[in-house]
Amino acid sequence: MTDNFTSLLDFLPQIGEGIQVTLILTLAGALGAMIIALVLGLSMTSTHAWLRIPARIIVEFFRGTSLLVQLFWLFYVLPLLGVELDPMSCGIGALALNYGAYSAEVVRSSILTVARGQWEAAIALSLSPARRMVRIIFPQAWALMIPSLATLLIQLLKGTAVVSFITLQDLTDKINQLRMSTNDTFFSFTVGLIIYFVIAWILQELMNLLERRATARLGRKRPNSRTERRLARRLARGEGGRHDADDTAAGKGVRP
Amino acid sequence: MPPTENIAPDPDGASSTEASASGASASGTSTPAIEFKDVEKRFGTTTVLKNLNFTISPGERVALIGPSGSGKTTILRLIMTLEELTDGYIFIDGQPLTHTERNGRRVELPSKTTRAMTTRIGMVFQQFNLFPNMTVLENVIEAPIHVLKKSKDQAVQEARELLDKVGLAEKADEHPSRLSGGQQQRVAIARALAMSPEVLLLDEVTSALDPELVGDVLAVLRTIAETTDITMLLVTHEMQFAREVSDRVMMFDGGQVLEEGPPNQIFGAPRHERTRTFLSSVQ
Ligand SMILES: Nc1ncnc2c1ncn2[C@@H]1O[C@H](COP(=O)(O)OP(=O)(O)OP(=O)(O)O)[C@@H](O)[C@H]1O
Ligand SMILES: [Mg+2]
Repeated sequence: MTDNFTSLLDFLPQIGEGIQVTLILTLAGALGAMIIALVLGLSMTSTHAWLRIPARIIVEFFRGTSLLVQLFWLFYVLPLLGVELDPMSCGIGALALNYGAYSAEVVRSSILTVARGQWEAAIALSLSPARRMVRIIFPQAWALMIPSLATLLIQLLKGTAVVSFITLQDLTDKINQLRMSTNDTFFSFTVGLIIYFVIAWILQELMNLLERRATARLGRKRPNSRTERRLARRLARGEGGRHDADDTAAGKGVRP
Repeated sequence: MPPTENIAPDPDGASSTEASASGASASGTSTPAIEFKDVEKRFGTTTVLKNLNFTISPGERVALIGPSGSGKTTILRLIMTLEELTDGYIFIDGQPLTHTERNGRRVELPSKTTRAMTTRIGMVFQQFNLFPNMTVLENVIEAPIHVLKKSKDQAVQEARELLDKVGLAEKADEHPSRLSGGQQQRVAIARALAMSPEVLLLDEVTSALDPELVGDVLAVLRTIAETTDITMLLVTHEMQFAREVSDRVMMFDGGQVLEEGPPNQIFGAPRHERTRTFLSSVQ
């Protein structure tokens, strides 16, 4: 076991590089996905068929074909058509297209979930369609779409592992190298799990923060706030009689 | 109550716009504020309004009454362009709203033209429909700034005056969700007035409110009726209120004007049996 840790220490710079590749793929992929999602998602809510229908077809196409095949296509087929991209760009591109298509559907449905009365009030005030979207509809839809986008972001993080198929040395690839050098499968993959979990956890917390800010701006009660979660845990434990410093007014409020 | 003009300062002086359009067909002396000409509205295969013709004079207060499903809301929504007109024409101040006749054919106006027309029309909804992502003040200044292109300072100042008039000056920086229904509705009224509309449409604006909150909203509307010359079209089940503020009552039935007249006549001596039954059912 100590051997394992020494090899892990030796390997740390390499793992650091792997984490870096994975993070770049995740963040750049997410950014690209968000741009694609906004363009396609908004187009799908358009009243113009010439915008709506092509957007719908593109979304269905990229949702219906696998990420791996899209990646291979960018990496192996594009060069045949005379467009040569480096592996990193292919990875980011495939992730952005695939998750962008999924997110576009989230954007579309969130926008259409905003109450009809909000659209009508905006029309009654003669706001232009662009203003209406930017100032009224999107801010409300944004709060609705964050939880689903957070789920997709975590999936995107996990999806980045496929890039090791196109020679990129991401976290998964480095973990695999660690396994080969330690010869300890259990140890290496456990380290991998933990690192992925920590990254996912940080991303989830960031998204929770975004969601709380977005809903607070709507003047609603902030869901999933820290005090609320503490309260929920306490309720779940059936706890009633603790009187330590941490027992806040919020905690008292719920006792019968 | 302070004087009137401030409640809805008319942007360009008066409603002196020339009666340029073909719609000024009414034989009256002045151009009607609202004119319906052969209006037809269908939802799928159900015809809700057919061959509907009426005019409303500038500054007139008209109450629309009638049984549920008679088309009152549809009329207001057509004026606000929330529903598409199936056939016919609507004119605001003599100018076509959504469609016009050109070379004997009915053509749709560009959406920008229609939107320019709707800036003269304000609407208050049953469910208030305040924007939850904005404070009360932001709700009121949004359209004056972005549609009327007022400066922020001017818009804020006017908004504060309007909020003061509806009794909510101290709520300017609150979120709408922290206000009672009656307060939200008064903000919605202030928001509509901030656009200085020539026509104000009110669709059962008190029917979503708890009974004890209705009075404040009606008081605000009464003040507007007394102190401005905005043309008001109101759908209401508050017959007492309709009687007080309206100059004319139009009784609708099945998408047609069954009878109309001054409130005293309609409420006091209705000519039609159906009007009588309707009135006794709501009073
Ligand atoms: N979006 C719609 N789709 C289909 N039918 C509709 C739609 N909106 C209204 N209708 C129908 O049009 C008719 C008139 O409706 P409208 O809402 O104008 O009536 P109303 O006089 O305002 O009634 P109420 O007093 O109940 O508000 C009704 O029969 C209604 O079912
Ligand atoms: Mg109605």
